Amino acid sequence: MMRTLTFSEALREALHEEMERDETIFVIGEDVITHGGPYKVTDGIAERFPERIFETPIAEAGIMGVGVGAAMAGMNPVVEIMYMDFVTCAMDEVVNQAAKMRYMTGGQASVPMVIRLPCGVGRLLAAQHSQIMESWFMHVPGLQVVVPSTPGDAKGLLKSAIRSPDPVLFFEYKRIYTSTGEVPDGDHTIPIGQAKICREGEDATVVAIGPMVQKSLEAAVLLEDDGYDVEVVDARSLSPLDTETICESVSRTGHAVVCGEDSSFAGAASEIAAVIGENCFRDLKGPVVRVGSPHVPMPFSSELVKHVVPEVPDITEAVSRVMM
Amino acid sequence: MALSPELCKKMYTDMWRIRLFEEEANRQTSLGSVVGALHMYCGEEAVAVGVCSNLRDDDYVLGTHRSHGHCLAKGAESHRMMAELFGKATGTCGGKGGSMHIADFSLNMLGANGIVGAGIAPATGAALASKLRGTDQVSVCFFGDGAAARGTFHEGIGLGALWKLPVVYVCENNQYQQWVPRMNVAVLDSVADMAGSYAIPGVSVDGQNLVEVHEVAGEAVERARKGGGPTLIEARTYRFYGHSLGDEEQYRSSEEVDEMRTNHDPIQTFLSTMMEQGWLTEEEDTEIQNQVKDEIAEAVRFAEESPYPTPDNVTTDVLAPEQEVA
Repeated sequence: MMRTLTFSEALREALHEEMERDETIFVIGEDVITHGGPYKVTDGIAERFPERIFETPIAEAGIMGVGVGAAMAGMNPVVEIMYMDFVTCAMDEVVNQAAKMRYMTGGQASVPMVIRLPCGVGRLLAAQHSQIMESWFMHVPGLQVVVPSTPGDAKGLLKSAIRSPDPVLFFEYKRIYTSTGEVPDGDHTIPIGQAKICREGEDATVVAIGPMVQKSLEAAVLLEDDGYDVEVVDARSLSPLDTETICESVSRTGHAVVCGEDSSFAGAASEIAAVIGENCFRDLKGPVVRVGSPHVPMPFSSELVKHVVPEVPDITEAVSRVMM
Repeated sequence: MALSPELCKKMYTDMWRIRLFEEEANRQTSLGSVVGALHMYCGEEAVAVGVCSNLRDDDYVLGTHRSHGHCLAKGAESHRMMAELFGKATGTCGGKGGSMHIADFSLNMLGANGIVGAGIAPATGAALASKLRGTDQVSVCFFGDGAAARGTFHEGIGLGALWKLPVVYVCENNQYQQWVPRMNVAVLDSVADMAGSYAIPGVSVDGQNLVEVHEVAGEAVERARKGGGPTLIEARTYRFYGHSLGDEEQYRSSEEVDEMRTNHDPIQTFLSTMMEQGWLTEEEDTEIQNQVKDEIAEAVRFAEESPYPTPDNVTTDVLAPEQEVA
């Protein structure tokens, strides 16, 4: 059975189901009780699990550090950072603590912690409330980076992230919290590290991250008119990266476009493009092209924002370019 | 925990274990067997031992970059620690941590830490875990006076106080943050005075006096265990060596160091107390020191004879071996 849920509802359902299943799971973050989080993902948890939700003062390093310690002591914290931009206030806890503990202790430590990160442009909040920065965390060994694009994947991946014995940076694009999609009933989980072919095609592969998946699917429909049969791969997990699925697809189609909303420069799309270049060079019939935002801070004015966030025409243009 | 002759002998032995372990590690560094930074705890032994002598095996301890003492006081095995300093496969962390990252999870010693002040919030988190599980385990976080300037001190203690968690914050105020005298860069002389900001008890204690540290820590651990919330302890102490090996120590006089070594050595101070109380004979003292010397010699032998980790270990322990994904 399938039900139609919003992205937020799917995340909320995953949290409720996992907290019901496992008493070691708790939620910690700013405004997570009184307001249910800025995007209502933690709504209702305080009523159902009052002992396992902690509303904090504004102290991201403290929140993250508490998560690390509780995780090392056997709990499963789900940390909410109100806007992913604020994770920069807790970088030591993420990068030097959570990510390093298992390795530095020779495998003694486990840090089963999920860090939920509402990210990207949403309401127009400009440069300090709109960042993505997936690649910052991809670069750190010991961290997993997960980016769901649909409500179904959001639920399945959050459940897997909560059950993972290692830290997961869970990117939630704010613009798709209200998007709807089908979510399977039951204990629906999706393994971390598996990309998904969302649309099969023969002429070109578009590897997309987060909201760029839906835009790529729309672009693929438009590209049919130009005679291009485009395959769309949702990366879903950026670390570990499913290089096998991505490279198999590109080797088959011979063309690759990699799309992310973040700046392409040293971004997640760049790593994927490099992997394709290294592994698929002899099958490629054209350059690997990235679609992303220009390397600028997010501006405020909507008239400026629309020149920053990549949209469907950027994808169709890129595919047409590599097919030439 | 009330003082008994048996406990006193154990504490005295533990202080010697720390002292001789480190002096040997220091010597092994000069021989080239131990590489990397070595932050000596010598001079501060009464703090680790005085605090940890109040702890149970299942209580949590988080340390600093200067944590050989915390690990040994919590019960870590000196031969595996020495092997870790040698970078050997048999080390506490399999040669992946080194001096600044020794951990022994079998003792709930959740790790030394190379980042100043980074253990305070995780210790608070471990205490939150105890509270959530409904156990009466206590967490202890050691940190230096330099850490009291960090935001993590404020955020970590703030959360521990807010939720009245079973945690004891132990500041080892050794008067110097790396190469800078503390009062060149601090406003408050006593870190214990900062406890008022969090509405928790703050106590300053002579960190060279084992009996005093043991008693102050005992009260704090008891309060934490009974649900009374955190305590901030400032142990005023002194490191006999520089910040790390090779430190030229231009920021303090040799007279000052000599005075502390001569008149404020925690081991000698406690020895006098024990002798006065009739808790230790000279023969027992000699026996204890010989026993510890043997332990440390054995630790070196173990470290020397142990193999180095094999190259395949480079890529293990990054993530759990089998990802639980569904």
